[in-house]
Amino acid sequence: MSSASFETIATAGTLPGYWSGVLRRLGRDPVAMFALLVILAMVLMAVFAPLIAPADPYRGQMLRRLRPIGTPGFPLGTDELGRDMLTRLIYGARLSLLMGVTPVFIAFFVGSAIGITAGYLGGKVNTVLMRTVDVFFAFPSVLLAIALSGALGAGIFNGLLSLTIVFIPPIARIAESVTTAVRKIEYVEAARASGASALTIVRVHVLGNVIGPIFVYATGLISVSLILASGLSFLGLGVKPPEPEWGLMLNTLRNAIYVQPWVAALPGAMIFITSISFNLLSDGLRSAMDLKS
Amino acid sequence: MLVYVLKRLIYTLPVAFGVSVVCFLLVHIAPGDPLTSVLPPDASAQLQAEMRKIYGFDRPLIVQYGLWVLKTLQGDLGVSIATGRPVAGELRLALGNTLMLAVLATLIGFVLGCLFGFVAGYFRDSWLDKLASFVSIIGVSVPHYWLGMVLVIIFSVQLNWLPATGAGPGGSADWAWDWVHVRHLILPAVTMSVIPMGIVARTVRALVADILSQEFITGQRAKGLLDVGVFRHVVKNAAPTALAVMGLQLGYLLGGSILIETVFSWPGTGFLLGQAIFQRDLPLLQGTILVLAMFFVALNLLVDVVQTMLDPRVQRT
Repeated sequence: MSSASFETIATAGTLPGYWSGVLRRLGRDPVAMFALLVILAMVLMAVFAPLIAPADPYRGQMLRRLRPIGTPGFPLGTDELGRDMLTRLIYGARLSLLMGVTPVFIAFFVGSAIGITAGYLGGKVNTVLMRTVDVFFAFPSVLLAIALSGALGAGIFNGLLSLTIVFIPPIARIAESVTTAVRKIEYVEAARASGASALTIVRVHVLGNVIGPIFVYATGLISVSLILASGLSFLGLGVKPPEPEWGLMLNTLRNAIYVQPWVAALPGAMIFITSISFNLLSDGLRSAMDLKS
Repeated sequence: MLVYVLKRLIYTLPVAFGVSVVCFLLVHIAPGDPLTSVLPPDASAQLQAEMRKIYGFDRPLIVQYGLWVLKTLQGDLGVSIATGRPVAGELRLALGNTLMLAVLATLIGFVLGCLFGFVAGYFRDSWLDKLASFVSIIGVSVPHYWLGMVLVIIFSVQLNWLPATGAGPGGSADWAWDWVHVRHLILPAVTMSVIPMGIVARTVRALVADILSQEFITGQRAKGLLDVGVFRHVVKNAAPTALAVMGLQLGYLLGGSILIETVFSWPGTGFLLGQAIFQRDLPLLQGTILVLAMFFVALNLLVDVVQTMLDPRVQRT
């Protein structure tokens, strides 16, 4: 027990140094910082939507349907029900970000727990857990997401659930392989030999070493998740009308491409900007941590 | 080698079994009875019981699964509720269309991806690298269904060069390799190729940079090896991994074609899947997902085996 507490102090001393180094390197990366700024702007837009948005996102007028970009009073035009596009794009950030980020967030915890357990315990537990994960990993991700939410039916909760199930297997796999590698390092062996319990070893020695790589991997999944989440709504699964959500807006505006093509394309541009920002930030984080992809 | 192939094959069997169980259970996790979508809401209890018996839903789940697998292995995927036609027949037609699209998209993506990735890795940290890397990150970040819409807006709505939807004038069953049909293929294939392009480019860039930084290349260069020779070394070392990535991408495109097929009304498996979901055509849903997933499992196996044959250093267990 004494060795364990000594190690706690030792790692507590080194960890912040490592992370502050990562943050400092990330701070010097202009592309990653710009991406972070864009993401922060999106988050602020989502949080303060009622304060920023010029109009009501649900109220439209059939008389002013599908106005072009630059119409006085409607800077980004109006949609197929005469609702202000700018307002709906601002409000859309709420559900689109929620549907995109939450699944990866939950899958990060569940997947890490499964992977670290399997990797640390090894043996039969590993076989059972990882074979189950392999079954879900054997589906192409888009197919699995659509199959699950297609079977469960449309709706925000079902969409979130399907996407979470899709992202658990890849995260669990990474967690398992990183943990298996860390378990074989001598100081972990030494801790086990000196009688530290499994829980202590995982908490003190394993977690600090594996959580970084898993986290970076998970951040890389956010852009996929955003595209997939909006894709579900685009297909008519996921978010239901009249909620403002970028993928759903793209779906309901699909027939308008012959009338107001660029208004119809706007929601997709929002998804694109958000998703590329998450990818650039994740790439920056990866090189700041000096990890190979 | 043979031992490895056998081992890999034996490892695939439980995964395939698990995949079939998931596909089977999908229909049963749906809220309510699988029959509620088929029967009118005011159907009598007697009719409901009869229908349940006809579809076999009155038997224990495990018996249902066993019967389903037996029938599937004989090539019988049941009958579509919406059209009354055998699911296997509908799928064969759709699978052909999706394969055509996915293979073409993978090829375009692979060629462009290798080009961008190679240039980026060879001239690392130059402006060429930055440009090529930027293109590849766009490839992995763009919502492809939106890209499809934008391409339709530009090339169909505004320029009127290419058709926006469909697979040709004669419907889905009537394909020919002439301009009348091929022009329908261009936009969906280009849209779809963006994903493998981005991923292949990123992989190839990392591979090329890694190989060039190895000592044997420096050594060969010191001995007077020309750039052409270096190029040969790079290709030989990068090809197995790049090809493996390409193979897996083909699988992802086959399974994930639904979004692009919806944008372009392309009569493939994704389109079929969409129909199955929204008409709650459960046999069609189950069959389509099973076939696509099994395709992916088989492709994974094939990719692993081929990669090991090309590069015996990568033997996975």
